[in-house]
Amino acid sequence: MFNFTTITNWLHSFLTTTCGFAEWGAILTESVLVALVIITLYAVFAIALIYMERKVCAFFQCRLGPMRVGKWGLLQVFSDVFKMLTKEIISMRQTDQFLHNLAPFLVVMASMITFACLPWNQGAHIIDFNVGVFFFLAISSIGVVGILLAGWSSNNKFSLIGAMRSGAQIISYELSIGLTMLAMICLTGTMSFSEICNDQYVNGWNIVRGHVPAVIAFIIYLVAGNAECNRGPFDLPECESELTAGYHTEYSGMHFGYYYLAEYLNLFICAGMASTIFLGGWAPLQIAGLDGFNAVMAFIPGAVWFVGKAFFVVFLLMWLRWTFPRLRIDQILSLEWKYLIPFTMVNLVLMALCVAMGWTF
Amino acid sequence: MFIILAVFIMLSSFATVMTKSIVRAATYLLFVLLGTAGLYFLMGFTFLGSVQVMVYAGGIIVLYVFSILLTEGAKDETFKRKMKDASWGLVLSLIGFIAFVSVVLTYQFRSLVLTAPIEGGEELTTIESIGRHMLSTDAGGYLLPFEAVSVLLLACIVGALVIARKR
Repeated sequence: MFNFTTITNWLHSFLTTTCGFAEWGAILTESVLVALVIITLYAVFAIALIYMERKVCAFFQCRLGPMRVGKWGLLQVFSDVFKMLTKEIISMRQTDQFLHNLAPFLVVMASMITFACLPWNQGAHIIDFNVGVFFFLAISSIGVVGILLAGWSSNNKFSLIGAMRSGAQIISYELSIGLTMLAMICLTGTMSFSEICNDQYVNGWNIVRGHVPAVIAFIIYLVAGNAECNRGPFDLPECESELTAGYHTEYSGMHFGYYYLAEYLNLFICAGMASTIFLGGWAPLQIAGLDGFNAVMAFIPGAVWFVGKAFFVVFLLMWLRWTFPRLRIDQILSLEWKYLIPFTMVNLVLMALCVAMGWTF
Repeated sequence: MFIILAVFIMLSSFATVMTKSIVRAATYLLFVLLGTAGLYFLMGFTFLGSVQVMVYAGGIIVLYVFSILLTEGAKDETFKRKMKDASWGLVLSLIGFIAFVSVVLTYQFRSLVLTAPIEGGEELTTIESIGRHMLSTDAGGYLLPFEAVSVLLLACIVGALVIARKR
């Protein structure tokens, strides 16, 4: 397997010896570089995902999707971004301007920090604590504050109600996500993302090792993750004709763009977490006994595996989104509290039983 | 780094108590709590920092904002400040400040400079050691408080259900 630490070590020695930086200077430079890389990746993935969403949506509705701008509509998203950038940011009277401007940044900040938690390759972890999964859950809960503040500071009844809806939905579905992740932590025995991936590289993917409880957890995670990103059949902020949209009704220009960006990146983060925890992260596909096949698979770099798996899960989530009709808010909440939470709790006990009795591969 | 965080926390706490709007106060409080979590991360206590973010920033602040939105709605220009309340607050905070400063000045600290533990080092508090201490019955084990807290939480859940059920 290609190990990314060779590159980071080389960069560090290059900065300290060749350029003659002090230790703190080298670390500072590296931090700035990493931050730039994260922001660039964030933008690139957002553009790729928006294009993919439009094409997948068109595919499921027997259309072609964007075709006019550029070859196969490839430049459509770029022109959308320029449109968004040139739009006026409307400031309203009798609203709390400070909170109104702050709210989108809180949402984007939460999604950017969780984006940095993803393990890209062996040795390419940006934030890798030993409580990684817990940290991830903690940071992702900050976004709710941004949504609530957005609804309140718009000084608009419909936005306020929309913020309540989205907030209640996200807080509820966080429980399911936490419990399914807990079931998988029970299997791996560690919370750090690098160790989870290494473990799966050595022992096989978690979804295979954990068989029945892992598959149940994967399905519940997909449902809850879709709800957590305000997407899929749970996308109440999107239905402007019935509900006057959600918390971001009053936003315009790039401030609305930030919500849009955060939604797509949350989709990618959700898919990336699914691929890390269930599908092995950067670990290649290995089948015991087929040595030649394993060697070929291990030759593909881990980052390709990770991004490939994440986009596979993204495709599953988009499939879900464009297939099911939208739910009402009370249906959304009763689905979570009456069905998913009992299921995940039983599943957690089942997983603990499997691990304790040694019924895993 | 510590100085940046400390100044950030101080400014945000001042803003929390000085602001007129109650939602803004909640937002500044969020910044204070995030800054405190930053201090924990600086010291290498990643678990404590994550708990701080999860419980306070993700839980308590959301609860505050939710309850503000549900109770008062948009018209939440804060209470009129009375001089009597302000003087009481001044006296209390002065007493607290004197107590705090006297404790800091008289306490014998073990070391003057705190070195952050290195990630992956031996003395780092891992989630595994926390779990073992939480469920051990030996000296230094926390099984009894752990169980007591879980019974308390269960009682809270049952109480909430009783209050919220349809009659």
